[in-house]
Amino acid sequence: MLILHCPHCDRMVDETDLHAGGEAHVKRFGPGSEAEEFENYLFMRENPKGVHFERWRHVYGCGKWFLAARNTATLEVYGTYSAQTTEPPQAIRDAISAKQPGWSWGTFQ
Amino acid sequence: MRLRTNGRLVAKNRPVHFTFNGKRLQGYSGDTLASALLANDQLLVGRSFKYHRPRGLVAAGAEEPNALVELGRGDRQEPNARVTQVELFDGLAARSQNHWPSLEFDVGVINAKLSRFLPAGFYYKTFMQPQAFWKHVYEPIIRASAGLGRAPETGDDHTYEHFNVTVDVLVVGGGIAGLAAALAAGRAGARVLLVEQTSGWGGRAVVDRPSIEGISAQDWVNATLAELDAMPNVDVRLRCQGAGVFDHGYALAHERLTDHAPKQGGPRQRLWRIRAGRIVTATGAIERPLSFAYNDVPGVLLAAALRDYVVNFGVAVGERTVIVTNNDDAYRTAIALHDAGLDVPAVIDARTSAKGELPEQVRALGIKVLTNSGIASVDGGKRVTGVQVCAQDGEGTVTETIPCDCVAMSGGWSPVVHLWSHCGGKLVWDEPHAFFRPDADRPPLGADGEGFVIAVGTANGHLFTAEAIADGFSAGRKAAKVAGHTRKPGQAPMGDDVAEDALTPVWIMPAQAPYKLRSKMWLDYQNDVKVSDVQLAAQEGFQSVEHAKRYTTLGMATDQGKLSNINGLAVLSNALGEAIPRVGTTTFRPPYTPLPLAAITGVARDELFQPIRKTPVHAWHDAQGAEFEPVGQWRRPYAYPRGDETAHDAVTREVVNTRENVGLLDASTLGKLIVKGPDAGKFLDMMYTNMMSNLAVGKCRYGLMCSENGFLMDDGVVARMDDDTWLCHTTTGGADRILAHMEDWLQCEWWDWQVYVANVTEQYAQFAVVGPKARQLLQAIGGMALTKDDLPFMQWASGQIGGFDVRVFRISFSGELSYEIAVAAGQGAAFWDMLVKQGEAFGLMPYGTEALHVLRAEKGFIMIGDETDGTVIPQDLNLNWAISKKKDDFLGKRGQLRSHMVDPDRWKLVGLETVDGSVLADGAYAVAEGVNANGQRNTQGRVTSTYYSPTLKKGIAMGLVKHGPTRMGEVIAFTKEGGGFVDARIVDPVFYDKDGEKQNV
Ligand SMILES: [Zn+2]
Repeated sequence: MLILHCPHCDRMVDETDLHAGGEAHVKRFGPGSEAEEFENYLFMRENPKGVHFERWRHVYGCGKWFLAARNTATLEVYGTYSAQTTEPPQAIRDAISAKQPGWSWGTFQ
Repeated sequence: MRLRTNGRLVAKNRPVHFTFNGKRLQGYSGDTLASALLANDQLLVGRSFKYHRPRGLVAAGAEEPNALVELGRGDRQEPNARVTQVELFDGLAARSQNHWPSLEFDVGVINAKLSRFLPAGFYYKTFMQPQAFWKHVYEPIIRASAGLGRAPETGDDHTYEHFNVTVDVLVVGGGIAGLAAALAAGRAGARVLLVEQTSGWGGRAVVDRPSIEGISAQDWVNATLAELDAMPNVDVRLRCQGAGVFDHGYALAHERLTDHAPKQGGPRQRLWRIRAGRIVTATGAIERPLSFAYNDVPGVLLAAALRDYVVNFGVAVGERTVIVTNNDDAYRTAIALHDAGLDVPAVIDARTSAKGELPEQVRALGIKVLTNSGIASVDGGKRVTGVQVCAQDGEGTVTETIPCDCVAMSGGWSPVVHLWSHCGGKLVWDEPHAFFRPDADRPPLGADGEGFVIAVGTANGHLFTAEAIADGFSAGRKAAKVAGHTRKPGQAPMGDDVAEDALTPVWIMPAQAPYKLRSKMWLDYQNDVKVSDVQLAAQEGFQSVEHAKRYTTLGMATDQGKLSNINGLAVLSNALGEAIPRVGTTTFRPPYTPLPLAAITGVARDELFQPIRKTPVHAWHDAQGAEFEPVGQWRRPYAYPRGDETAHDAVTREVVNTRENVGLLDASTLGKLIVKGPDAGKFLDMMYTNMMSNLAVGKCRYGLMCSENGFLMDDGVVARMDDDTWLCHTTTGGADRILAHMEDWLQCEWWDWQVYVANVTEQYAQFAVVGPKARQLLQAIGGMALTKDDLPFMQWASGQIGGFDVRVFRISFSGELSYEIAVAAGQGAAFWDMLVKQGEAFGLMPYGTEALHVLRAEKGFIMIGDETDGTVIPQDLNLNWAISKKKDDFLGKRGQLRSHMVDPDRWKLVGLETVDGSVLADGAYAVAEGVNANGQRNTQGRVTSTYYSPTLKKGIAMGLVKHGPTRMGEVIAFTKEGGGFVDARIVDPVFYDKDGEKQNV
């Protein structure tokens, strides 16, 4: 059972108090988008063994969404950060690079 | 038999009475059920699964494979209790399992004669036989004779509780390594929890008695415990098993509080849910059996277990015990038995020489030591009568027969790596010791990327006192330091050891044993898996250890790799010609031993299993004898039967009365979300398919919500409260889901929009006053003006009714004149009572959810969850009028433009009327000509809602039908429950008051 840091409450939170929200940094495509763009937005997801970015909501707590950079194989958590960003902050990228040099995920590296 | 000497744990002046299979027996306070049974010479305790061979005790701890019994009766009945883990108490009643008709005479031994029909992979192979063969031949035999204990038949009213704790260091195992770890961590200042599964501290050390810090192991254990007890930051628990290790330092421990003392009050068991910074596993090691022919005959035990019984309980299994070993440690058993005055005719040592200190001590006692020797075969049926000795390196030619009534075997030790492995800790093969031990470089990782489990002592492969205790102490210190506790814990305790020579791995005894012998060497006593079975599995191509395990059932059921694991995979490796580490082990999964469901459940049972949400009028509904139905976590009245009415009669009466007089519905469960802020209108235009920003203050509008896929997910009436505030009604049970949906978009997509959402569902009670006399009733009560002009259809107003502050919505889900009235939740019950009392003169009757459904179906109103199932878009339901064409964007707009969504062949909503007036079956399919690729009949539609309409006095239904709206009047066939078809005509889904005049008066 995972334990993640809620950046809003500044405390460690048990997985039972969280709601998993799937992949982070998915860009929305709405009316006017091409079929392929819309398909990618709705259905296509990363499934990495290793570095991954996820959405979590502190549902039995502050109710806020936050994002987590995590290793799906080792369960190491590189950091959590505000959901109100379109890409992982540099500090998070650095924390990942320190452990996984040369990592990449989607368009991020 | 009970010895005069020995028995450090039993009080021989305190007899305890118990029964086994109804026989009255006596033990002592301090006995386990196992030691008490042995003291009474009750060696036979069960039968094996497949061949029903007699089974005796093999071990003294959690690894015991055979002695599973049923305990107690009634609410104390417990199947599969391991007698080695059951503490004896007065009145304990135990029964053996898996035998018929009796333990002594068992028809299942016939299976042994059929053993050529029960080879490895038996279960899989029989499935390949014709089905009838399985059904009529195999299954009845297996069902009649196999299996573990019976499930209890009555409930269990004991209390089981959960503790949630956070500690810096969890230490599992109260042997000397665990004690040393707790001591170091405790002295450093860390918050420590130390758990031990048995009822005593000290593990093997207090039996084998090395000296520690110059004093006896027992004295050191006592002193250490006294120090730990005095530390406020350390908690120690006996009878508490570390059951499982999970992600990020989460662990479960299972404490048995009163199982051994049923008269004592308080909870029976406790499940500890632990979040630990570091977990130190000091779980010890388990002795391995040796594989020689007929090693399953009762009276063949593990050497250290025999020592435990003698030293701890003063109990001997036999008078003449032959020791068979591949290591020095088993010689301790020879010494212990000799010291207790028992006869040891020989130690049979598979090694070519035995010159260590312990073998020399044994020789000095006058005991014969036979090197390069093995057991060719054990004599005896229900009890050992002797052993046939042979050369270990030969084929089993018998050189000597030694009469004896007990055999003590030792194939070396295997560290208990279960907890290390539960969460992904890797193992390394230790060639000199011939065991897998934790690979310290590959521990399970925590959130910080560091290993969070540290294995210590014998569990870490350190079989000697000095290294085990030092290992534990250093791990405790390290674990405390991670948590920021750096006080110096002092010097590690010093242990003292007798030097031992290396063991020689022995996987088959004798090494060149022919099939005749190999087919009688048991690896797994419980599941009857023999050396020959594993070899056959390898021969048949099961090369993966995981496959071989399932194919042969090796280490399945309650054993879970404790006794049989290493021997089994060594045999498999040899058969495959691979090295042991290449074959690897099966996966160790939690829990370490089975957890009772009651302990997992804790207090979450009966009314605490799931909280029930009740409206402010719930008690009134209950007092009226309402039949409730669950709607999400709510309980809503389904109908209010009167006298001896059936529920169906009640629904009919409630519908008719609502259409003719006035009905009253408790609609408090409908979700109510306040959406407020400068950007609230813009936000709701994204959330709903229709426009909400242009809704005038004081007005209501029915809205649809879709997912980005385009599928309809919720509906409800939205009311504009003021310039920047909207009140959104959701379906019952939808409030939390829709609130989360809104929050998701607000926080994660449009975080710069200024909008606030609050769920006020439980702040209001809301009642629908429905029917032609609704207005008369409310006017008679008196208060705010409610005429058609004062409050037109689809508007709302605040005011007072009967002295209550209310908010009245003129909305209708029944097609009748209808006022939905919200009051503060605290006044709900009083307001309801007043409506009921004043309504009497107008024929008011409350109605339930089924009448609500019938009323809405008569009007052709859709219901989320009936007409929708997650694959339906609003266009399928002819709700295009509620989809804005003016808006550039809303959730679902792009999704509804996908090719399948605009396919003209989609099934669309229509009304359905059976030709004979009967009620269609819910979910019935409309059949079409021909069959599909799977040979199944083609379909062209299905029923989504179906009811008997008391108003129209016939069955009415709605359904989704291919090209439905263009096929009005056509008759199509629907499937019937129980077979056959019924004809139904496609009609307008609005069955009643098509022009909507009644709701708008
Ligand atoms: Zn939080």
